[in-house]
Amino acid sequence: MSKATESDVREDGIIESVSGPVVTAVDLEARMNDVVYVGNEGLMGEVIEIEGNLTTIQVYEETSGVAPGEPVESTGAPLSVDLGPGMLDSIYDGVQRPLDVLEEKMNSAFLDRGVDAPGIDLEKTWDFTPEVEEGDEVGNGDIVGSVPETPSIDHKVMVPPGTLDEDETAAVVSVESGEFNVEQTVAELETGDEIQMRQEWPVREARPTEEKQTPTEPLTSGQRILDGLFPLAKGGTAAIPGPFGSGKTVAQQSLAKFADADIVVYIGCGERGNEMTEVIDDFPDLPDPQTGNALMARTCLIANTSNMPVAARESCVYTGITIAEHYRDMGYDVALMADSTSRWAEAMREISSRLEEMPGEEGYPAYLAARLSEFYERAGYFENINGTEGSVSAIGAVSPPGGDFSEPVTQNTLRIVKTFWALDADLAERRHFPAINWDESYSLYRDQLDPWFVENVAEDWPEQRQWAIDVLDEEGELQEIVQLVGKDALPEDQQLTLEVARFLKEAWLQQNALHDVDRYCPPEKTYEMLGAIKMFNDEAFDALEAGVPVEEITDVDSLPRLNRIGTTPDDEAEEFVEELEADITEELRALY
Amino acid sequence: MKEYQTITEISGPLVFAEVDEPVGYDEIVEIETADGEVRRGQVLDSSSGTVAIQTFEGTGGIDRKSSVRFLGETMKMPVTEDLLGRVLDGSGNPIDDGPDIVPDERRDIVGAAINPYSREYPEEFIQTGVSAIDGMNTLVRGQKLPIFSGSGLPHNDLALQIARQATVPEDAGEDEEESEFAVIFGAMGITAEEANEFMDDFERTGALERSVVFMNLADDPAVERTVTPRLALTTAEYLAFDKGYHVLVILTDMTNYCEALREIGAAREEVPGRRGYPGYMYTDLASLYERAGRIKGEDGSVTQIPILTMPSDDITHPIPDLTGYITEGQIMVDRDLNSQGVQPPVNVLPSLSRLMDDGIGEGLTRGDHGGVSDQIYAAYAEGEDLRDLVNIVGREALSERDNKYLDFADRFEEEFVQQGYNTNRDIDETLNVGWDLLSMLPKDELNRVDEENIEQYYTEDESVEVTADD
Ligand SMILES: Nc1ncnc2c1ncn2[C@@H]1O[C@H](COP(=O)(O)OP(=O)(O)OP(=O)(O)O)[C@@H](O)[C@H]1O
Ligand SMILES: [Mg+2]
Repeated sequence: MSKATESDVREDGIIESVSGPVVTAVDLEARMNDVVYVGNEGLMGEVIEIEGNLTTIQVYEETSGVAPGEPVESTGAPLSVDLGPGMLDSIYDGVQRPLDVLEEKMNSAFLDRGVDAPGIDLEKTWDFTPEVEEGDEVGNGDIVGSVPETPSIDHKVMVPPGTLDEDETAAVVSVESGEFNVEQTVAELETGDEIQMRQEWPVREARPTEEKQTPTEPLTSGQRILDGLFPLAKGGTAAIPGPFGSGKTVAQQSLAKFADADIVVYIGCGERGNEMTEVIDDFPDLPDPQTGNALMARTCLIANTSNMPVAARESCVYTGITIAEHYRDMGYDVALMADSTSRWAEAMREISSRLEEMPGEEGYPAYLAARLSEFYERAGYFENINGTEGSVSAIGAVSPPGGDFSEPVTQNTLRIVKTFWALDADLAERRHFPAINWDESYSLYRDQLDPWFVENVAEDWPEQRQWAIDVLDEEGELQEIVQLVGKDALPEDQQLTLEVARFLKEAWLQQNALHDVDRYCPPEKTYEMLGAIKMFNDEAFDALEAGVPVEEITDVDSLPRLNRIGTTPDDEAEEFVEELEADITEELRALY
Repeated sequence: MKEYQTITEISGPLVFAEVDEPVGYDEIVEIETADGEVRRGQVLDSSSGTVAIQTFEGTGGIDRKSSVRFLGETMKMPVTEDLLGRVLDGSGNPIDDGPDIVPDERRDIVGAAINPYSREYPEEFIQTGVSAIDGMNTLVRGQKLPIFSGSGLPHNDLALQIARQATVPEDAGEDEEESEFAVIFGAMGITAEEANEFMDDFERTGALERSVVFMNLADDPAVERTVTPRLALTTAEYLAFDKGYHVLVILTDMTNYCEALREIGAAREEVPGRRGYPGYMYTDLASLYERAGRIKGEDGSVTQIPILTMPSDDITHPIPDLTGYITEGQIMVDRDLNSQGVQPPVNVLPSLSRLMDDGIGEGLTRGDHGGVSDQIYAAYAEGEDLRDLVNIVGREALSERDNKYLDFADRFEEEFVQQGYNTNRDIDETLNVGWDLLSMLPKDELNRVDEENIEQYYTEDESVEVTADD
């Protein structure tokens, strides 16, 4: 967080009242959303309401012991983040204070108050390589050079939006390669503007873009049910609602690990401390499937765990999406996960009720829907103002009370997002993971992404998917009959359909996120696995037609091997499938 | 310290008073009634001029002439290793006629959040000796794993069994002394009878020596219940992270705690959330449950087993719901299994331990553990489903395969879950019982277990016996 510094601090207000995270002050000269320092300990807060001489502040730190009469100082600047190299491989709290730096400064494993730290290391130097020459004309957002931020990512140094007037350009008068820290000037424009690696941006304001475009490329995830049935687009939006323990976090983490994004921003919003620790522990060792480098080299973590101050929970999603936008501006595809957006909405509700605002549905403030859509609107596939193309895909977990999707956060989210992965307590209970309900879920990107899959994976991708959907649909209907009369009462062909569907569910849709191989399934393998099941289906129905009884068909020795494709290493999978297909064919044909 | 006689309003557990000096938020207050009785409370809302005070021991007897003193500090718990073996009331005062407690330090009871960067991921297997937990929902050191129960169910027996039997098997722990737990027991609004049950067991087994007991009973002030678990957890953190103990914290009954929160919220005329509980209940509960864990570089750990009784056995009720969203799984005590006489009546299907996967397997428990547990889940779930069907169509209408799964479900409850409260099964025994059951199913149905494990543990002949229809 950048506002620890500068902008001549004035001591101008006095605390009037304190109630949990909400503090009011009198005589404070500040604008809406300005960052202020509250009380003798200088706790960080943000102005959220101004009424006459009374200013209301949400405080990002614990307020125990803070008393009326203590001072409030305004920084005169809105809540902003520091943007620059060093954000990747970092873990921040909700207002971009690096948690490792806080540990060091506080000299404790417990989070103390009143300690601030810049979002990026101000001393560290980076090896800057110019991408413009003296005399080149540049405008807002244009890239003047880059530094190797991590083994995976070159961090582009851009002219901060707002430096020049819109559409104005200016000649570069000096630019030099070399080692610089983030506050040193790396380029100078004829207007006298100096460009540094570090820029600040107010978190509640979307960074400007040229144009939003229709996404046509999938954000492949390595998750069969997602890539196969409900794909997300680069620049798309998705919601994962589900009751507790249904697999939201595991799904989000799988996406963070395996999605083919350049950059991942992972926001732990009001959830468990241990889950963030798990990411911190795992990501430095896990390879990024795209580059082979450590996953952490493309990842920025933001953690406001459920026991951290509630106001910082409200801000953490904005901190996250602003960082995501910055990398988008460099031309990268960014995937942002927020787990869980419900906690963010609840933080809004808590602050709102302390302000005694008129409550809307279930106590949430009336502006809940507006805030949610503003947030998801910041996702998208964009042409940037510097002419590059980049995307932010936003995936929000939703934690509906009692697992009931009719509640306001789920409903308002579903009105905005285009992909819906509905988690199901029933499936989770029988350990069918990922517990994504295939009847309820949908992706509105499916059709616009088909050309990509046809071109890059298989020509009959759409047809094969449709076949799977049809079988699953039919199975759903048949199960209702089975519940009444038992399976043996069904005609043989329907019994066979149930068997095929069982393989679809157990061998294809289920995917063990904890298995070293199964956790990641490239789209090609997803296709091959489905192909193997379809081939069994076709051969089996031929056999049935030739008069072979169902029990004999489903009893062939090679069949259980269908369940083992997922755990077969990717480089052996093709051969494994070929052999298996041959065996199944041979065994089935031998029956008639 | 200034004393005021300026009470303006008394409402439920709340007292409002006028002040002419600044009073800190959360600060501790003493209110002295006309007859000299001192009540403690805490500042809920502080404005220049007036404060709202939440009293812990109730407002009965307080009138506008009572005097109010602000102690200038937030609530503290006096901590020392000597607390082990002691019994305290819900506000932390000794009630066991023991010597005065000489604290090492006085700690703020609103614990600071553990920096996620400083946490150590929990992955050391705790053997509870209960198959339904060890085999299917493994507990690890530093986890928060609640027991979801209903009124009248034997959750206390289960909790006691865990407290008695929990150890970290020696070859998994670093050294032997560490394998026993210090137990912090925080009771909130439980009956005297229940309290006796716990105390008797602690005394009988000698566990009291390594325990600290906090007792807020059903007839103690309700608002005090909001403080009791914080005292307990402050003590737990001290013992774990300053003194290196592995601490097991049992909090019961969280439902009473939540009722107390609701009472305060109502008194403050807050906009209520679902079913009248405060909108900030999630955050409040998290400030308790998240005080479990391990810290890098520290020897000790805090493991939590909160107990809650679900109103009308409804898991979607806000208390279990919000708890489940914070804790790392849940153990479900089931009314039907209880009436079938299964001891402990744990229903494994809706139970879950989210930290299980990292705490089990080769070198930790046994290489086949994960597969066995997954396979049993799948098989039991299938058997459970078939039970509904069999009621309609009868066993004869089911295939041979289906009948096997039905038998499996029955035997799973009778042999695996059922073990009694005094049987302590080690993990090998638990997994072996699991294999006995899995061996009822045809080999090629076992698609969740590695083939080499099937080779090693599957016993062929068993499957013949049980298919015989009766
Ligand atoms: N794909 C998967 N493969 C294997 N196990 C899974 C998978 N998805 C979920 N699980 C299991 O389900 C458990 C719960 O999942 P998870 O923690 O993601 O739930 P959640 O929906 O985030 O719950 P909460 O809302 O309480 O945070 C995990 O600990 C894991 O055991
Ligand atoms: Mg989760």
